[in-house]
Amino acid sequence: MSDLVQPVAADEEAEFISRARRSAQWRAFFLRDKKALIGIIILTVLVIAAVFAPIVAPYDPNGMDFSFMLPPSLAHPLGTDDLGRDLLSRLVYGTRISLFVGLSTVAIALAVGVFLGLVAGYFGGFVDTVIMRYIDLQWAFPNFIIAVYLVAVFGTGLSNVIVAISLAYVDDFARLTRGMVLSIKQEQYVDAARTLGASEWRIMWRHILPNAVAPLIVQATVSVSYAILAEASLSFLGLGVEADTPTWGLILADARSFFSRAWWLGVFPGVFIMVTVLSINFLGDALRDLFDVREVKDAG
Amino acid sequence: MTQYLIRRILGAVIVMWAVATLVFFMLRAVPGDPVSAMLFDLGDASAVAQLRAKFGLDQPIYVQYFKWFMLLLHGDLGNSIYGSRVAVSRIVLEALPRTLSLASLSFLIAVVIAVPAGIISAVRRYSKLDHTVTVIAFLGLSMPDFWVGIVLIIVFASHLQWLPAIGYAPLSQGLWPWLSHLILPAIAVGTAFSAIIARMIRSSMLEVLKTEYVSVARAKGLMQWRVILVHALPNALIPVITVMGIALALLMAGTVVVENVFAIKGLGRVLIGGILNRDYPVVQGAILVVSAIFVFANLIVDVLYTVIDPRIRLD
Repeated sequence: MSDLVQPVAADEEAEFISRARRSAQWRAFFLRDKKALIGIIILTVLVIAAVFAPIVAPYDPNGMDFSFMLPPSLAHPLGTDDLGRDLLSRLVYGTRISLFVGLSTVAIALAVGVFLGLVAGYFGGFVDTVIMRYIDLQWAFPNFIIAVYLVAVFGTGLSNVIVAISLAYVDDFARLTRGMVLSIKQEQYVDAARTLGASEWRIMWRHILPNAVAPLIVQATVSVSYAILAEASLSFLGLGVEADTPTWGLILADARSFFSRAWWLGVFPGVFIMVTVLSINFLGDALRDLFDVREVKDAG
Repeated sequence: MTQYLIRRILGAVIVMWAVATLVFFMLRAVPGDPVSAMLFDLGDASAVAQLRAKFGLDQPIYVQYFKWFMLLLHGDLGNSIYGSRVAVSRIVLEALPRTLSLASLSFLIAVVIAVPAGIISAVRRYSKLDHTVTVIAFLGLSMPDFWVGIVLIIVFASHLQWLPAIGYAPLSQGLWPWLSHLILPAIAVGTAFSAIIARMIRSSMLEVLKTEYVSVARAKGLMQWRVILVHALPNALIPVITVMGIALALLMAGTVVVENVFAIKGLGRVLIGGILNRDYPVVQGAILVVSAIFVFANLIVDVLYTVIDPRIRLD
């Protein structure tokens, strides 16, 4: 009886140790890598600002009064725009849209791309050819240009922009997943699972995908920053969200005629974009070092 | 080599055909009808029907596709649906030199900054200088290109009044007018590009500096600059050129946005203007030409790569 109890206890202990080691690894990761720490802190602040925007923002983002184009002051830390709206409040609300677009587009692109890559890489043959011909075609063009093409087809507006940016990033994830699947497929544990009678889907989800997670996490992190930049660019060009939504790109576009008189309207929205993208890039870079991932596509 | 070239060119032609076909069918699948756009959504049913017949839009889609494709092969991209109905090919031809000027100047500025920065970073690894370059590169990658353009306009055009804020002057009006209009947008486009190239050169330089032939060159007592520039740099550039296709794509994407900041009527502005006006022939034409530039640039990068590194086997 005691013979039987022993291994279970040892198992639990081993799991406890490995869990402790993993959390120690993460702690060491943040302590050693200052960039990761800075990135996480800034992102946490931004997420809090986005979630609690009505509390954090000092004014109503669309509230107009006669305080037109006031330079930064105590009452309006980042100044006001041509309609007397408080810039800081508008930028805080803009954080919501930017983070939402960044995360949702990457979630969709990840889901679709991983599915296509997994199916193409695992089954090979005709399915692979059909999927990869399309992915290669998309790969020949920069993601942002694809997003512009797709907005040309779908039209503007928040949901169309999300669909356009998501589809534009599918090729990155599909190619990455397919490449991983092709190499993991050769591993003995996949053969072992098949010998034990595991179904195709089970092998794909339980045995292959978990081993491809690290590079996908790095790619997803980097893609969030590019998606945020893409949304800002589209909004700036007038191809983004609806006209009165406060987003960083649109605030910049609206302020175009006033830059010479009101520099704060041209500077601060960009600072918000830059700081957000920078902290995501810091995090992505640190994760890349942590997982020792190379060769992640690095361009929008 | 010839065989490889032919295969790559054929591939490029097929990609262009696929893009043209996709664009044709996707733009026709959209709910917004170009004819109603033309009549500003005000036309009555008979007027719409008349115009549809005039443009052949009442014919089956495959007939339209065939006709359109035949015209395309003759370089006819159709006409803008607005105003004096200018030929799209003319609009595009007028825009092309502007975009190419901007893109090449951006490329030049970016490389001139990135190559020395990358080399210094690698040679003085972990020094203060290296950290500074790294931080600047990170900032460069994180700044939206259109915002860099805006800040440059605020500083150098509005406040200092050194350079014009918007517009474009063709090279035929003289070198300085051309250059003065392009410097600010070129810096805006080139910033992110420069950051990427500098990071790549740094990492590939670090790899090369570890190799034996560099040690040998040093052991022979060659000067440091000679080891770095003559022995290490050419080999360090090879991996940089492989990813150049991706980097060039970024540069072109930047051009499309930045042209709109500086009101340069290049392809990017034509494309975005076309989308905003629902001017489908213009959108179609601009997409095709922008796409052709990418496909062509990638082709050149691939060929260049095989020329530069004789170790590459073409099959």
